Amino acid sequence: MLSGWFILLLSTAYLAVLFAVARFGDARADAGKSIISANVYALSLAVYCTSWTFYGSVGRASSGGLSFLTIYIGPTLMLMMTGIILKMIRISKVHRITSIADFIASRYGKSQLLAGLVTVIAVVGVIPYIALQLKAIAASLDVLLLEGEADFLPWWLDSTFLIAALLAVFTILFGTRHLDATERHEGMVAAVAFESVIKLLAFLAVGLFVTYGMFGGLADVFQRAAASPELERLLHLDASRAGTWTAMILLSGLAIIFLPRQFQIIVVENVDESHLKRAVWLFPLYLLLINIFVLPLALGGLLHFHGQAFNADTFVLTLPLARGAEALALLVFIGGLSAATGMVIVETIALSTMVCNDLVMPWLLRSSGLGASKDVSRLLISIRRAAIAVILLLGYIYFRAAGEAYALVGIGLISFAAVAQFAPAMFGGMYWKQGTRAGAVAGLSGGFVVWIYTLLLPSFAKSGWIGNGFVEDGLFGVSALKAQALLGLSGLDEISHCLWWSLLTNLGLYILVSLNSRPDAVEAGQAERFVDVFRHSAQETDHRTWRGRASIDELVSLLERFLGVARARQQLMLYARGRGAVSWQKLPADADFVHFAEAQLTGAIGSASARVMVSSVAQEEEIGLEEVLDILDEATQVRAYSRELEAKSNELEQATAELRAVNERLRELDKMKDDFISTVTHELRTPLTSIRALSEMLHEDPKLELTDRRRFLGIIVGETERLTRLINQILDMAKLESGRAEWTSTEVDLGDVVRESMAALGQLFRDKNVALTAALPDRCPPVLADRDRLTQVMINLLSNAVKFVPGGSGKVHVSIHANAQRLQVEVADNGPGLTGEECSVIFEKFRQGGNTMTDKPQGTGLGLPISRQIVEYFGGNLWVESVPGEGANFIFTVPLTAPEEPQGDKKHGS
Amino acid sequence: MAHKILIVDDEPNIVISLEFLMKKEGFEVAVANDGEEALAKVASFFPDLMLLDVMMPKKSGFEVCEALRADPANANLQIVMLTAKGRDTEVAKGLAIGADAYMTKPFSTKELVAKIKSMLGVA
Repeated sequence: MLSGWFILLLSTAYLAVLFAVARFGDARADAGKSIISANVYALSLAVYCTSWTFYGSVGRASSGGLSFLTIYIGPTLMLMMTGIILKMIRISKVHRITSIADFIASRYGKSQLLAGLVTVIAVVGVIPYIALQLKAIAASLDVLLLEGEADFLPWWLDSTFLIAALLAVFTILFGTRHLDATERHEGMVAAVAFESVIKLLAFLAVGLFVTYGMFGGLADVFQRAAASPELERLLHLDASRAGTWTAMILLSGLAIIFLPRQFQIIVVENVDESHLKRAVWLFPLYLLLINIFVLPLALGGLLHFHGQAFNADTFVLTLPLARGAEALALLVFIGGLSAATGMVIVETIALSTMVCNDLVMPWLLRSSGLGASKDVSRLLISIRRAAIAVILLLGYIYFRAAGEAYALVGIGLISFAAVAQFAPAMFGGMYWKQGTRAGAVAGLSGGFVVWIYTLLLPSFAKSGWIGNGFVEDGLFGVSALKAQALLGLSGLDEISHCLWWSLLTNLGLYILVSLNSRPDAVEAGQAERFVDVFRHSAQETDHRTWRGRASIDELVSLLERFLGVARARQQLMLYARGRGAVSWQKLPADADFVHFAEAQLTGAIGSASARVMVSSVAQEEEIGLEEVLDILDEATQVRAYSRELEAKSNELEQATAELRAVNERLRELDKMKDDFISTVTHELRTPLTSIRALSEMLHEDPKLELTDRRRFLGIIVGETERLTRLINQILDMAKLESGRAEWTSTEVDLGDVVRESMAALGQLFRDKNVALTAALPDRCPPVLADRDRLTQVMINLLSNAVKFVPGGSGKVHVSIHANAQRLQVEVADNGPGLTGEECSVIFEKFRQGGNTMTDKPQGTGLGLPISRQIVEYFGGNLWVESVPGEGANFIFTVPLTAPEEPQGDKKHGS
Repeated sequence: MAHKILIVDDEPNIVISLEFLMKKEGFEVAVANDGEEALAKVASFFPDLMLLDVMMPKKSGFEVCEALRADPANANLQIVMLTAKGRDTEVAKGLAIGADAYMTKPFSTKELVAKIKSMLGVA
């Protein structure tokens, strides 16, 4: 079989390759040519798929069928909530957040207590998970070394410990190269993405091998499984486990963002927010691919090893080995190693940052353990390296102690449930300004305690470390306190049960305590900046909420101590250049500088410690809660004000446009008035011209012949009448238009009016030999109107008609139609008719139909406008219907129920 | 030989009075009732002087004047524009497009006759 030394060599070689990838990534990052693309980012998210996925999924599918899928549905759903994740990323960038502990602490007033609490929960919760990875590697090694070579190492050194030590060295080597202001590790991300590819390829390879090499394809595997009653049940969704499904989906959905390594990769290591768009579909696709062969592998293993002793968690190794495919088994081992190392590296780096910044630093600062050492940046790195070693050691100890008590899947879910406790404080912090530090502390502590009691301790009890009385009978024998059936809630699996009680406690305490406590100024400010992160830009308001005195030298020495002299100088130079100064020595120690220093320190030691350090050298004046909120609010107000200004200027523009339109209209009216006067002048001057010329000639030449004399006098009389008529109509029109006309409203029979008008003009029609006919009812329903005015309209229409029809063949026909609402009078002629344009033009003043039968239209051009005014006064309409060449039909209506009787007109009446 | 005068106006009574007046002064007279007819009469009657109304159907006095001035053959034709719209702009426009004189309606017959005689060089 395979030699242990060979496998160890191979593992080391693989880690060396990873290390090379990481160095390459780091080198590129240092050169400013980041290799972190959207694809690399999405692939690095697959650090979610640990050895638990690689080995454990098959194990879980072997016993629980399809339920293994829940662990992958949750993350897929969570990633779809891009808005939440984007907000987390933005907040972290703005506030230089380096870990989930830092995130929560920063939100609740840069609280050291909260940072420490989150760190403890994370460490306690995640160490079993790390142990799980070690266990997976150990188990896979056991399988490979099954035959006799297990003791190739001295008795005091087992292979798992060796792997753990290797991992620790590797993690230390490139996870803590320097203290970065943003605590980003591009090399590590590149290595993790590389690993993701390896483990996927390895898993697909073994899946294909088993499905198509050992069996006849997917259909064959499923058919054979369906034939076995034992296996057939794995192919169905179990309705009774729906509650478990929901809990699992929720749990894994929270884990994908709250596990320290996931937060590290998704949020801290994100270099470009747009990368998230790719991850939203690429990562679920990855999950789909890595899960395709889980069920076939599980079924294949169960079918193949039927009746033998087997461990379903290692099917992926034992199946190829059973066929002697050693090379494939080695590839699978490397895949599993990839899955485990990826997780361990990122997780320990994330945890070591938290332990260093949020547990060790506060303790060092308080106990002044730092002394007066000039440069503590080396010390910081040492602390992190030690933290990495200790975490891995703890993981190894847990692995040794827990031993075989739990299947792989069980351990992973315990960790998931622990980090799910961050949900209320995180989501509340991002979306609820009222959430307070006291509430977060209460919620986290409560949830954590419930988690310990209902999940961690029972797992210890199962391992036999402690008595299991509190699980079986309840604490102190009180059955309501049974660890996995609190208050009698039974029938749930242990994970759902823990999740329900811990989150209920957590959320309840968070909300209740938050509502009953008041934040201080720092906390209220942070709450505002977190919740409204998209409104507050990075620098806009931060420095204004700080006021006090500071000295440049002290701040600089602080930076040099924590970042190292070289790095601090470099950052200071960049900052000075950004502010347009030649060197940082020339800068004032203002709020902006203090803010810069604090931000730099936050990147190195976390927001809580950074705040403590900065306030140790800068005398900050107390700013009240109200003032902080005012300052933050001011930014909002300024924006609102500028929006208002914009609205105002829009309004002004609109008003200007309206004024322009009104002005235009006035100009038009003025021009119309001008034109009107000019036209009236023309109409008056024309008859005057004839009168003057002819009378002058009569006056100067007494010997003028009698016939000429008579002719001229006749013209003069006619033109005088024309003038009089014109003046009367102009006055009439003016009166109508200004509303000063006198009206005498009585009940009028329209038929009588028409008959009288026809009689009055009868001679005119006969003179021109035009036929005038009528179809009138004997009695018309009376209308309320001015009889004389209606007669005026009728005469106008009739005289127009006779004027335009040809003499001899001309015909004019008058008719009246009545309906319930109104009377309608029509005057139809067989004249030349009107074009569509003329039909409207003729109702304008001084506009006469041009196409007349006589050379010059007689009349003033005011008849129709006046008639229309009159008809409209009585509530009717006057219009013309005509087709050129086929005569015109003038129609007017008068309503039967007259509109409101014009007030005061009656007294002028007869 | 008597000078020829073309009277162009769409108002019959004005035409009657002008025709009578001009004939009494011994001119040879022709009449046109609109712009188009005026142009035709110029081509057939060869008037020495034209009394041209502005506001007319078919073609306004301005248009007639412009059309006549565009043809060098009519260079010797004198044009007196008659208008009932006494606005300064109209007077200016008429003179600008080539009218020789301008009379506002109603006009004094004496003045008109004097003006025509001086324009034609008749004592």
